Amino acid sequence: MKATLKIGLLATAVAGSIALVGVANSQDSLPQGVTTIKVAPPSKDHPLTELYSGWHFRSPETQALQQDDFDNPGFLWVERGEELWKKVDGEAGKSCASCHNDASKSMKGVGSQMPKWDAKLKRPLTMEQRINSCRTNNMKAPEWKWESDNMLSMTSYIRNQSRGMPVNVQVDGPMKEWADKGKKLYYTRVGQLDMSCANCHEANYGKYIRADHLSQGQSNGFPLYRLKWQKLGSLHRRFSGCMKNIRAVPYKRGSDEFVALEIYLAHRGKGLQVETPAVRQ
Amino acid sequence: MRLINRRETLVLAGAAGAAFMLAPHAAFSAAGDAQALVTKFTGGKTASDGKVTLQMPEIAENGNTVPLTVSIDSPMTKDNYVKRVLIVAEGNPRPEVATFNFSPMSGTAEASTRMRLAKTQNVVAVAEMSDGSFHKVKRQVKVTIGGCGG
Amino acid sequence: MAGKTKPRVKVPKTAAKGDVVTIKTLISHKMETGLRKDKKTGKVVPRNIIKKFLVKFDGEDVFSVDIDPAISANPYFQFTMKAEKTGEFEFVWIDDKGETFSKKSKLTVN
Repeated sequence: MKATLKIGLLATAVAGSIALVGVANSQDSLPQGVTTIKVAPPSKDHPLTELYSGWHFRSPETQALQQDDFDNPGFLWVERGEELWKKVDGEAGKSCASCHNDASKSMKGVGSQMPKWDAKLKRPLTMEQRINSCRTNNMKAPEWKWESDNMLSMTSYIRNQSRGMPVNVQVDGPMKEWADKGKKLYYTRVGQLDMSCANCHEANYGKYIRADHLSQGQSNGFPLYRLKWQKLGSLHRRFSGCMKNIRAVPYKRGSDEFVALEIYLAHRGKGLQVETPAVRQ
Repeated sequence: MRLINRRETLVLAGAAGAAFMLAPHAAFSAAGDAQALVTKFTGGKTASDGKVTLQMPEIAENGNTVPLTVSIDSPMTKDNYVKRVLIVAEGNPRPEVATFNFSPMSGTAEASTRMRLAKTQNVVAVAEMSDGSFHKVKRQVKVTIGGCGG
Repeated sequence: MAGKTKPRVKVPKTAAKGDVVTIKTLISHKMETGLRKDKKTGKVVPRNIIKKFLVKFDGEDVFSVDIDPAISANPYFQFTMKAEKTGEFEFVWIDDKGETFSKKSKLTVN
């Protein structure tokens, strides 16, 4: 009885949210390494009329943390990734650099297109999964855990090489089925609070839920430094957090559901520039 | 006068319960604890207003990382400089935040950092000058809780 | 960050005599307050923070911070120094266990 009352009240609060709040940031300032935080939607039938990076919705102080690469704590992980890139690891006696040489050249444009279809495995792979595939098969090195500092350092380092480039995931051919599955998940209500991603991020972006300024839930800045986490974290961690917030049992990191959702989100945010490592609240 | 109905009582109780659960064993300090730290810092001397500015956001989007810049108007010469600045948070579980120690080599008496604020509260900066005088400033920072408790 | 406490500094390499230079520093560290409880064991996670930050120039103390747990994770400090002569900065961070992390940087003053 108590739970129903609280949910009812909360639902009322969300439905009757406060008036649309004008976003405070100036158009002259931008995160370092990108030239725009607002783009036109990639197609006419897109549910949003314009695409905004999550940076757009944050307070000036949070935005400032992403305007200087030194001030941005996310770079602690990017720099660690740069070290790991050159480090020999595994029985094959190789480092990433042994095959991929200079990451700033070989990895440019790679992160912006992830997740990508793997013809051998007949499924898409996220950056984390691709790294572990390389480690296992080519380096004969043990896999890294999804949310480990090693993995976060490497994913942020690689995706940082695409910073400023437009998100450009391919969802044709065999990827379409996964993108469609992700889309279905995006619009499905779950949890005790019975909400879908769209309830907040499509129907109410720009408004406040309690004291949080709702973004469009775009993924172009991931992996990113979240003030709440006080460290860098993955997109699947954020998915998990969101699901817990609405009192749903979250899917696991690297699960088919989260991979599908990641693909759909990248497709939904196509054209926005990669900002890794972004800074959010 | 309207009586609080059962529905509202449950919400209030829930909210109070939730607030307590945030820090079950951290008794939040009162402004008095912060004052004790300031008194210890000044050795009982009065700290006058002026000279010190404390730059902080009006609303902190997340209490874990709140930027702070403290700045004291001083020529910073060997004969006239800021020795140290105490920062205290009146509403944190423990009020002490940091003490910045300057020297005539500093050039300016200005320093920035990022701090943790447990809730909406006042932050106080007290500066000790080389001539033994003290100056202070206080400002309120609102700390918000995100949507859906996230 | 898992096992590696990394310091970073942003210091100009050259300056004109009398200029006030701005220095930024960042070090990766959890800054465990000692107030948190481990979700699994229910036990209090012991305090472990960087408690002191020192800046020396040619061996002389320029600036330092006495740090409490209320300073955010990955502590950041920005401050200034008046450039008088060419020399070397030494930045030192000391944690609760007495372990030190340091970084040096040369400054040429014209």
